[in-house]
Amino acid sequence: MRLKRKDILGLEEITAEEIELILQTAISFKEILGRQIKKVPTLRGRSIVTLFYEPSTRTRTSFEVAAKIMSADVSSIAPSTSSVVKGESLKDTILTLRSMKPDVFIMRHSASGAPHFVAGLIPESVINAGDGMHEHPTQGLLDMMTIYEKKERFSGLTVAIVGDILHSRVARSNMWGLTKLGAKVRLVGPKTLIPPEANRLPVEVYTNVEEGIKGADVVNVLRIQLERMKTGLFPSIREYSKLYGITRDRLKLAKEDVIVMHPGPMNRGVEIMPDVADSDISMVTTQVTNGVAVRMALLYLLMGGAEDAVAA
Amino acid sequence: MAEQDSQVMDADEIRRALTRIAHEIIEKNKGAENLAVVGIRRKGVPLAERLAKLIGDIEGTRIPVGALDIALYRDDILTRQPVVGQTEIPFDVNGRRIVLVDEVVYTGRTVRCALDALMDMGRPAAIQLAVLVDRGHRELPVRPDYVGKNLPTSRREAVDVHLKEIEGEDKVYIVKQRGQRS
Repeated sequence: MRLKRKDILGLEEITAEEIELILQTAISFKEILGRQIKKVPTLRGRSIVTLFYEPSTRTRTSFEVAAKIMSADVSSIAPSTSSVVKGESLKDTILTLRSMKPDVFIMRHSASGAPHFVAGLIPESVINAGDGMHEHPTQGLLDMMTIYEKKERFSGLTVAIVGDILHSRVARSNMWGLTKLGAKVRLVGPKTLIPPEANRLPVEVYTNVEEGIKGADVVNVLRIQLERMKTGLFPSIREYSKLYGITRDRLKLAKEDVIVMHPGPMNRGVEIMPDVADSDISMVTTQVTNGVAVRMALLYLLMGGAEDAVAA
Repeated sequence: MAEQDSQVMDADEIRRALTRIAHEIIEKNKGAENLAVVGIRRKGVPLAERLAKLIGDIEGTRIPVGALDIALYRDDILTRQPVVGQTEIPFDVNGRRIVLVDEVVYTGRTVRCALDALMDMGRPAAIQLAVLVDRGHRELPVRPDYVGKNLPTSRREAVDVHLKEIEGEDKVYIVKQRGQRS
């Protein structure tokens, strides 16, 4: 089975089989990260450009490391130091960069749909590293890989995603990917931070955290974006932490072998307590390692045998 | 596709060839000390396991076995997208005498990939090559140290090795077909 797709823009449109192929490939690639010489010649001479219009340490570095392990060349563009500050449009930026003949663009942008716009514009592959509140497919995939490594299945699992669902592209990508592979997804958070149309999605919605994580196999905790406080969506950090913070005690309600995940960066003491974050049921550091493996797998799958790839 | 298949080795011949190879490996390496066997995915792996057991039984010791996936080292990555399998080398490659095992050697490119992969993992003391079938037509200077059977073939033929662990039988076939072997 091959990935007959030009771009990775979101998990909503990807098939279950494609997700399984990506995860299997990523699991094989993970072994390379344990070697002393972390290098394979597979993508030697291929060229990757990362374009992050929003700040990122984790995702951007992860993509760079993944590309370099595969022997590809990487150029990272930070719009804040580029001609974007002179007012150059996204379209012109992309057309300029592709004239330097890269093979793949990796994009993060604050506007939902920006990578889709770019993907339709150029024949090169585009990977969405997060677009607005829409999707963050590579995060969804690495979260799924982490779950699969521990639980060895998706079907029949209950995954609770807790936090600011409304503004979270991570929640959306997780939701699409997990439901596609047969897991039960619960969105848990204050009513003000749950999208109003959530009842139209294939999920269960909870506004009480204890009920939301009761019997869960996986608890995926989202970062509370402290900026939201100013817009009155919740009264204070202390109140959020008291009502929704993931503590050891609350986790007793979940399954005994529950695992806790967080896409990072964590606000220790707010959405997740430090003792939970540092415990052995926390998969946070594994997620980061898996992120490199997943991104290596995607680069490999997108750049090999490209002749019959289909534009998304 | 396959116009005519002919069987060139049966289960007994395969068994005897492997037994002989096991003895040859022990003879050439003056024992089984520091030896390890690494199978090239996919079919090299069950053969490697069989050889390791044979060597172990003869010398009264246990030889480590590894599995190597060479998809990432292929020189045709732009036209093919081989499925990447798991590489498992549960021992230290450094200073080790390694016998690479594959079911067929043909152009030699797969072996070249395996050499690159092993070298990326460390510095073996020696690498030797054991194959069940050598079908000729080398495109690189690769020479097996141990051969089960030499089978001269034409480029329009393919050698199909069936193993109990995968197809449920131990047989080697020559398959006449048009077009290239996958």
